Amino acid sequence: MNQQTEQTPVVRMEHITKHFPGVLANDDVSLELYPGQVLALLGENGAGKSTLMNMLVGLYRPDSGSIFIRGELAEIHSPQDSMALGIGMIHQEFMLVGNMTVAENIVLGLKELPFIPQIDEIRKRIKELSARYGLQVDPDAVIHDLSVGEQQRVEILKLVYRGADILILDEPTAVLTPGESRDLNKIIQKMLSEGKSAIFITHKMDEVITFSHKVQVLRRGKTVNTCDTASVTPKDLANMMVGRDVLFSLDRCPYHPGGVRLQVDHVTVDNPLGSRPFLDDVSLEVHRGEILGIAGVAGNGQTQLTEAITGLIPISSGKVYIDGKEMTNATPLQIIRSGVSHIPADRGANGVVGDMSVGDNLAMKKYRTNEISHGVVIKRSFLRAFADKLINAFTIKTPTQDTCVKFLSGGNIQKTILAREIDSCGGILIAVYPSRGLDVGATETVRQNLILQRDQGNAVLLVSEELDELQMVADRIAVMFEGKIMGIKSVKETNTEELGMMMAGTEDRRRDA
Amino acid sequence: MRLAIEKRDTKSRSMALIIPLASFIISLLLGALVLAASRTNPLQAYGAMFNGAFGSARRFQYTIVESLPLLMCGLGVGIAFRLKFWNIGAEGQYVWGAIGITWVMQFWTFLPTPMLLPIGLVVGMILGAIWAGVPGFLKAQWSVDETLTTLMLNYVAIGLAEYLYINAWKAPLGNMGTPEFPEAAWLPRLWGKIHSGLFIALALVCILYFLLYRTRWGFELNMIGKNPRAARYQGVSIKKNIVIAMLLSGAICGLAGSVNTAAIAHRLTRGVDAGYGFTGIIIAWMSGLNPFASIIVAVALAAITTGADALQIAMKLPESMGEVLQGLVLIPLLAGSIFVEHRLVLIKKETA
Amino acid sequence: MEFITKLLAATIAMGTSLTYATLGEIYTQKSGVLNLGMEGVMLMGALAGFATALFTESLILALLMAMIIGGFFSLVHAFLCVTMRSNQVVSGLAITMLGTGLANFLGQRIGPASNGFNLIGVNLPKKFDNIAVPFLEDIPILGAFFDVSILTYALYIIIPFAWFFMYKTKHGLAVRAVGESPRTAAAMGLSVYRIRYLYTVIGGMFAGLGGACLSLSFTPSWNDGMTGGMGWIVIALVIFATWNPGKAVIGTLIFGGITSLQFSLQAAGFKMVIPTQFLAFAPYLITFLTLSVMTIINQNHKGAYAAPSALATPFAIDDK
Repeated sequence: MNQQTEQTPVVRMEHITKHFPGVLANDDVSLELYPGQVLALLGENGAGKSTLMNMLVGLYRPDSGSIFIRGELAEIHSPQDSMALGIGMIHQEFMLVGNMTVAENIVLGLKELPFIPQIDEIRKRIKELSARYGLQVDPDAVIHDLSVGEQQRVEILKLVYRGADILILDEPTAVLTPGESRDLNKIIQKMLSEGKSAIFITHKMDEVITFSHKVQVLRRGKTVNTCDTASVTPKDLANMMVGRDVLFSLDRCPYHPGGVRLQVDHVTVDNPLGSRPFLDDVSLEVHRGEILGIAGVAGNGQTQLTEAITGLIPISSGKVYIDGKEMTNATPLQIIRSGVSHIPADRGANGVVGDMSVGDNLAMKKYRTNEISHGVVIKRSFLRAFADKLINAFTIKTPTQDTCVKFLSGGNIQKTILAREIDSCGGILIAVYPSRGLDVGATETVRQNLILQRDQGNAVLLVSEELDELQMVADRIAVMFEGKIMGIKSVKETNTEELGMMMAGTEDRRRDA
Repeated sequence: MRLAIEKRDTKSRSMALIIPLASFIISLLLGALVLAASRTNPLQAYGAMFNGAFGSARRFQYTIVESLPLLMCGLGVGIAFRLKFWNIGAEGQYVWGAIGITWVMQFWTFLPTPMLLPIGLVVGMILGAIWAGVPGFLKAQWSVDETLTTLMLNYVAIGLAEYLYINAWKAPLGNMGTPEFPEAAWLPRLWGKIHSGLFIALALVCILYFLLYRTRWGFELNMIGKNPRAARYQGVSIKKNIVIAMLLSGAICGLAGSVNTAAIAHRLTRGVDAGYGFTGIIIAWMSGLNPFASIIVAVALAAITTGADALQIAMKLPESMGEVLQGLVLIPLLAGSIFVEHRLVLIKKETA
Repeated sequence: MEFITKLLAATIAMGTSLTYATLGEIYTQKSGVLNLGMEGVMLMGALAGFATALFTESLILALLMAMIIGGFFSLVHAFLCVTMRSNQVVSGLAITMLGTGLANFLGQRIGPASNGFNLIGVNLPKKFDNIAVPFLEDIPILGAFFDVSILTYALYIIIPFAWFFMYKTKHGLAVRAVGESPRTAAAMGLSVYRIRYLYTVIGGMFAGLGGACLSLSFTPSWNDGMTGGMGWIVIALVIFATWNPGKAVIGTLIFGGITSLQFSLQAAGFKMVIPTQFLAFAPYLITFLTLSVMTIINQNHKGAYAAPSALATPFAIDDK
């Protein structure tokens, strides 16, 4: 690894602040990147890492603060501007055209391209660059035939072909196998030796340790600390990333778990488009009167876990039992009928039908029952009464029950979903990132409701990114990382550090159920 | 400084009314230009058209009769559209309805005459249903693009019908067409030219309204059309519903064909592909999938057609003026429809 | 032998018209826009060409007008679909309605006064005659390719160029990217709107040209509905050619051949084992089956045979 030299930083962001409606994404953040160096931007989802980087590539503009590239003030208004400055970003979702070749993707939109692109020259140049950096890829291969790792190499080649020497990589090893990660490391090292520099956006400890010289930790839009990677331990980083221990907890009944209601037994869910499975031999149990929290940074299989249980994605191997009955790969309707309620991630896309009314959305679980229907006919009067009841019980703020649900605030949309799912809950409640994007009041409502369900004897599976939420609400916590369970701990017998380590990839040696 | 199109916070009710009205007026203006360019007085022409559509009891009856197959096809296509499924095959399904009733009328002579009509209608519905169900299944099971498959199947149906009325089922005398249906089995008349297809069409409107707005199934279709992912999360089966909706859609378009053939032509012959299916698509789109609104739209489009017909008689103008007007109405309507959910804004300075 | 040569000649003549329009629509669809208005555009092109040739006696001007009119109608379609993001199917059908209605209407109103303002039954002073290439025209069967009008000869250059442009130039690359993944194309600096407008209009110009081929060469006259559903065969052809300009010829020859066979048989008075109507719908049936089978086989990935992924999907820059 290269020493940091005392030169002008190639990138300097000073006092960057950025607001979005309702949220302060970046709060007076400053950053420096030197040539030949890798800076890791570490933090959980929502910490502000992507927002900060999007400003470097011209997708957003800061509300205040300045950006200096190679010592000069830079006005970056568009992706073209940032490309002209030699900055390139590889997003988590690759920007590639699936049915075109590698070479075609690399030169797409290149202004200097002649009318008839000289394929031989392009191939030669690609091969040169490939050899130079170890980015082995066949210029004539079609993108959708390539593995994810190879596709990433094409993205890198795209940047390098256009002369980028400031590379920003967003969660680069999230989709790679360990072997591919090692290859990526070699590629980055070669680039650094030529004076290029890179910023890694990450939440993974091993990425920080392996790749970076410096690490800057962001939390809730602010910089927590910036230090040399060599001088910190993973424990310190975990602490910085996730925050201090939560000292208080919400009111609830004592923890007396009953029998097992939901059992997940060695479940694996394959990923047809990639090499690493979404879920890898996952086992867990949720008891009556218990909240089992699933911790971990989003994207490590948590959503897939809940979708596998609720029948929305196919389980490749392993079994799921609900109240003792095997329900592996049952249809979503069958799962609903066995008493499972689901508060999904991404409430707008999955939890409600935006163009339908609040009343209709509230009725979406029970419309098949005679609380709302009479045979095949939906009795509007029943539906209205039912909806009114729920709107009152959960204090959902809406002009009328006929208002389209998409016009409600995020908190009220979530309340609508909560109301619907809790009212129809037959024993198992699965909640996925339920307080994401909600204000304090709405968040409190969500948490109180979850605890209430647990106190009433239901089994609750809560997926959350916020450790403090889990520590406040859950009885036991399972940590997921790259599709595996790193460890399951009773909330009283663990602490933030330990959980943070597991979240970043360190497996727990002492496993207690 | 530039113009941009931005999403609104609420659906604009006023726009939903203004745009169709404005489009109608714009189309009249544009049509007037075309008329003027062909040495015709637009006011005179429009007057003749209005008279032609509504001027006398008989003309009014013609307009209503013309609106019935349009209405039914619009209803049929509308069911599929609710699921955001593009059933462009209405024309072919209509033709199968005509084939179906001809088949029964001509060959199922083992049935007593009073039974011919009802059975014929049912057979027409079944054939139409199958013709729509196949592309529906292909889409549900294997994601085969439904716009293209349903479109192609139209011409297969039309070609097959032609084979039947020119060749295989042709009446021995005359140039083409199958033998006339037994008169006792014709669709009875109601008032003047209006036949009991009116009852069938209105009944359909009510049934569909009920089905789509009051039953559990209609609720599910609504969910699928507006957010299939969320629908799935609630346990609704997307595949099954696509196929069922398409079967129903095809059945209704088939019914339109059977009814109209039993009422007007009384035989399978040239002109069975009169474009009711294609216009039905436009009606479904214009009526916003509301069965009652479809009635108004169908009558309006039928009025343009019968009006244009009269134009030919009264002023010796080609009746294709009707088609021109229909096309002209659609263009501002299509352009304007974006404004129900979006608005035009002036952006002053780049705030990337 | 004679029969086959005659059949080939008829196929090539009809095929010329089909090919122009098909090449145009391939480019339009490849950029992501579905233009179902082909029938209307071709008919208007035929009318514009015929009328212009009649009144100006200039065939060049006639072709130009056909292209301008075709381009104009497609411009309207592009405006509705790209800028106003409206329903592309309905827009296409509206254009078809407008085009066929207007062509029919004007065809009876802008003709010479001597014929009651009707264009039907009027003879053209000039038309595109066939030009035979000596020696080559005597080759058995294939000689038919060398006794064709200049419009067809032009295709011998245009077809390979259309293929080359699509797959070997940077503009073709841009079109393909826009139709497949507009988000990526936009991120790489291409203007999705501009490209879609451009190729929709060009597609319309070619369709107009195709229509003019009918009225100025193939059947040099004007008749109501003279395109006779050709616009829909064009749509089938685009699918059958798997959106590849190079393959369009194969489809045109096959479909054009089937259609010509239909007419030739009727003319020759043959009583066929396969009724002519079956020949009429055969192209559509073949396309339906091919499309279904290819999609079913290529379930996991769309190979080179699939429709552009973003076909008929409006693209809004602010949609993330």
